[in-house]
Amino acid sequence: MSIEISAKSITPVRLAYGNLERRFGDKKPASRYQEAVYDIQPTTNFQYRPLWDKNHDIYDVSKTAIVMEDWYSFADPRQYYYGSYTIARAKQQEVAEHNFAFVDKRDLFDAVPEAVKQAVRNILIPLRHVEWAANMNNCQITDECYGSNFSSVGMFNAMDRLGMAQYVTRIGLLLDGNEEATLDAAKQAWMEAPQWQGLRHAIEDMFVLDDWFELMVAQNFVLDGLIFPLLYDRFEKKLTQEGGSTIAMLTEFMDDWYKETVRWTNALAKVTAKESAENQALLSGWVAKWTDRLSVALEPIAIEAFGDDGANELVEVKAELLDRLAKQGVTV
Amino acid sequence: MSNKKNTVFLILQDNEDARPIIEAVEQDNPDANIQYQPGMVRMEAAGRLLVNRVTVEENLGREWDVQELHLNLISLAGNIDEDEDKFEISWH
Amino acid sequence: MPAKKLNLRKRYELLTRGMGWETTYQKMDDVFPYDSFEGIKITDWDKWEDPFRLTMDSYWKFQAEKEKKLYAVIDSFAQNNGQTNLACASYLSAIKLFITGVTPLEYGAHRGFAHLGRHFRGDGARIACQMQAIDELRHAQTQVHTISHYNKHFSGLHDPFHQFDRVWYLSVPKSFVEDAMSSGPFEFITSISFAFEYVLTNLLFVPFMSGAAYNGDMATVTFGFSAQSDESRHMTLGLEIIKFMLEQHEDNLPIIQRWMDKHFWRAYRLLALVAAMQDYMLTNSPMSWKEAWDVYFVENGGALFEDLSRYGLKMPKYHELATAESDHISHQVWSVFCSLGNATGFHTFLPTEEKMDWLSEKYPDTFDKYYRPRFEYWAEQKKAGTFEYQKGLPQLCQVCQIPMVFTEVQTDPMQISYRVTEHGGDKYHFCSDGCKDIFEFEPEKYVQAWLPVHQIYQGNCGGPTLPEVLDWYKFKPEDSGDYIGSKDYQRWQEWKGADKKVKQA
Ligand SMILES: [Fe+2]
Ligand SMILES: [Fe+2]
Ligand SMILES: [Zn+2]
Repeated sequence: MSIEISAKSITPVRLAYGNLERRFGDKKPASRYQEAVYDIQPTTNFQYRPLWDKNHDIYDVSKTAIVMEDWYSFADPRQYYYGSYTIARAKQQEVAEHNFAFVDKRDLFDAVPEAVKQAVRNILIPLRHVEWAANMNNCQITDECYGSNFSSVGMFNAMDRLGMAQYVTRIGLLLDGNEEATLDAAKQAWMEAPQWQGLRHAIEDMFVLDDWFELMVAQNFVLDGLIFPLLYDRFEKKLTQEGGSTIAMLTEFMDDWYKETVRWTNALAKVTAKESAENQALLSGWVAKWTDRLSVALEPIAIEAFGDDGANELVEVKAELLDRLAKQGVTV
Repeated sequence: MSNKKNTVFLILQDNEDARPIIEAVEQDNPDANIQYQPGMVRMEAAGRLLVNRVTVEENLGREWDVQELHLNLISLAGNIDEDEDKFEISWH
Repeated sequence: MPAKKLNLRKRYELLTRGMGWETTYQKMDDVFPYDSFEGIKITDWDKWEDPFRLTMDSYWKFQAEKEKKLYAVIDSFAQNNGQTNLACASYLSAIKLFITGVTPLEYGAHRGFAHLGRHFRGDGARIACQMQAIDELRHAQTQVHTISHYNKHFSGLHDPFHQFDRVWYLSVPKSFVEDAMSSGPFEFITSISFAFEYVLTNLLFVPFMSGAAYNGDMATVTFGFSAQSDESRHMTLGLEIIKFMLEQHEDNLPIIQRWMDKHFWRAYRLLALVAAMQDYMLTNSPMSWKEAWDVYFVENGGALFEDLSRYGLKMPKYHELATAESDHISHQVWSVFCSLGNATGFHTFLPTEEKMDWLSEKYPDTFDKYYRPRFEYWAEQKKAGTFEYQKGLPQLCQVCQIPMVFTEVQTDPMQISYRVTEHGGDKYHFCSDGCKDIFEFEPEKYVQAWLPVHQIYQGNCGGPTLPEVLDWYKFKPEDSGDYIGSKDYQRWQEWKGADKKVKQA
């Protein structure tokens, strides 16, 4: 039975969920992003305290020293919800898959000078452990944070880092015809070689940070803000000049990812600093602490990567980072 | 221990994509009981149920990745063994 | 040199293991502080084997494909006013209960699995939990998106998350998920992945979604089945983790058995709401609660526990009672909602003649004997204009937080089942031995419960009168009460033509 229904009789009675009407007005439909990330997390009347932490509720604003009047002041400029996020990443992975297959099929690594390959083994492959740590740290943020907008962005970031750890691993495998020698050597370097120990020490200290927002700053603002420009951008350009453009094909995902990610970390820095002088002071303190610590930790790696220019490259990258954060209102 | 084999099952969405898989299950598991319910197809068998990549590929006329099964999977019961060539459900 | 070909298993292993390391600058126990206090002994995390070997690139690829299909359906549903194809607008009570009671559970699972995804010491188990954490976020978000269109056209869907934290019957799902989330990681995964997802989730999704298809709700079918495609992975994680824990150390068995008993009962009590949805809220039900229970619990659950018996794990305590109750609970819960229908965020309605005949057929031993007379009596009262909602608030079980409506089905089905215990000089009330046992094992936990009825009496819920409380819930006047005569009803009549006979009328 088909029923004729005049268009007029099907006017909506409201355009958005109540929480979104209260935030954005009731004049137009909410976006998918707004529907997906605002106000889903419970905020009150918690039933039981966690067995392992009697001082906090299941979701608790006091798990960080940062204070926000509204934890939903931050909006992801990419407007990612699960669907738009996975569809974006699926496109990127298709390109990556194509590139890996191309390199593999044409044996493109055969044409790469041995020195470049060795540099990749020494500098890039150990980064799989760094990405793995970034995965853990963003998972920690997803666990501890306040608000479904934060848990959403934290979760996507965590899975991105797992994905990138896996891409770096695949580069290691491709270098050695699927033998594990490169991966094993990189792990050994990560655990024992002096040039990696400062970084590993700093990362292990990040694992036990109490304040999730400090971890956000240390990992997503500072460490990423140093490593991606230094190693995935500048170092890769150097390798390309030395005959290693094949490598750049395989790390395109990381390049694109970082350009995209800087947008939301900038937006987050800005909104958080703008909230209050206290927040700004906390952010500045954390940025100062972690840029100092991590730039010292990265120096031996910069020197291994760039030789005599290493220290200078790192200084430039650090200056760019501090300059960018200053533009968001976080001055050191 | 009794010899009676407990039922394992696999439920797929009732759509075009699932057809070649359902047909493959019919071919490879002659004793399976296949029930069409609203929106879904429930396939059950005593003790063990097999989805074979090669059979699905024959029905489909193209290469098929066993992990594509997950696109239309609704539910299952039993221990899973998945590799490149098959997706198998069984009770021990 | 030709590269050696890696099989799926080996490739997956290289892409998920060996990236983590034994920390040396910080103690492993400080990096993973939460995975030992529950007493579960894991001697070798490397023995953890993933049933599904999904790397992130394939995850993105397959999930994006699912999402594209799902959103294509959601878009066309909205463009074509798919809501007009429902069997009846009264069916939406089920969707109202779903988005206020189930969607927030998906979100809780997202956060809970993120906790495990960070804090389990084993790399493989962490990755599996992370994948589930992001899947559960997906479920929450896709449900909000799908139901958004219904919210634009019907009452009672406008404030699910505000309500989840406050409404009297929503503390049932809230206390369930917060119980798991406030437990240690191994108990959480036993509760959610095993007791809920493996043993019982089929009872939530399969009959419910199949029911949605049966009632013309193509939007819900689509998100439901799409979510279920992830659920199969989650169920398998549940089974694998149980086997893993049992294989790791014999001391784990009694702990797991106790958790199994507890969370089976907890999840089963939560599903009493689903039983009412399935038998009463669905205009047409493809399968009764009892039938679903027989297929998905008695038969499959039986097979599952037989399989696990080689580890010494037994069927959960009180499962026989749950099976005996399957003849009763849907009728009992729907009766409560009907008698408190002025305080629900969805419409209630008495079963039609046709529905009652179906119930008699599906419940030959109980419906005509115990429940039909009650519904017929209320129907007469409604006709005569003398029907009154229950005055005063029901007493809630301290653990499951359901009003005291369950009965002694094994001895006297007309007798309310009621248990009491004392702790710290206070009396606590329970609906069953199952709930009482749970309390007595961890009284310090359950005395904390935020019981909505107590809170109302203490003046914490907007005020002393019903309108004040409902206002505090953000219930609008048109959200509650009888379906017949409601705004939803009127709108439905307009769409379908006032003279067309509507099933519910
Ligand atoms: Fe879910
Ligand atoms: Fe799930
Ligand atoms: Zn109870």
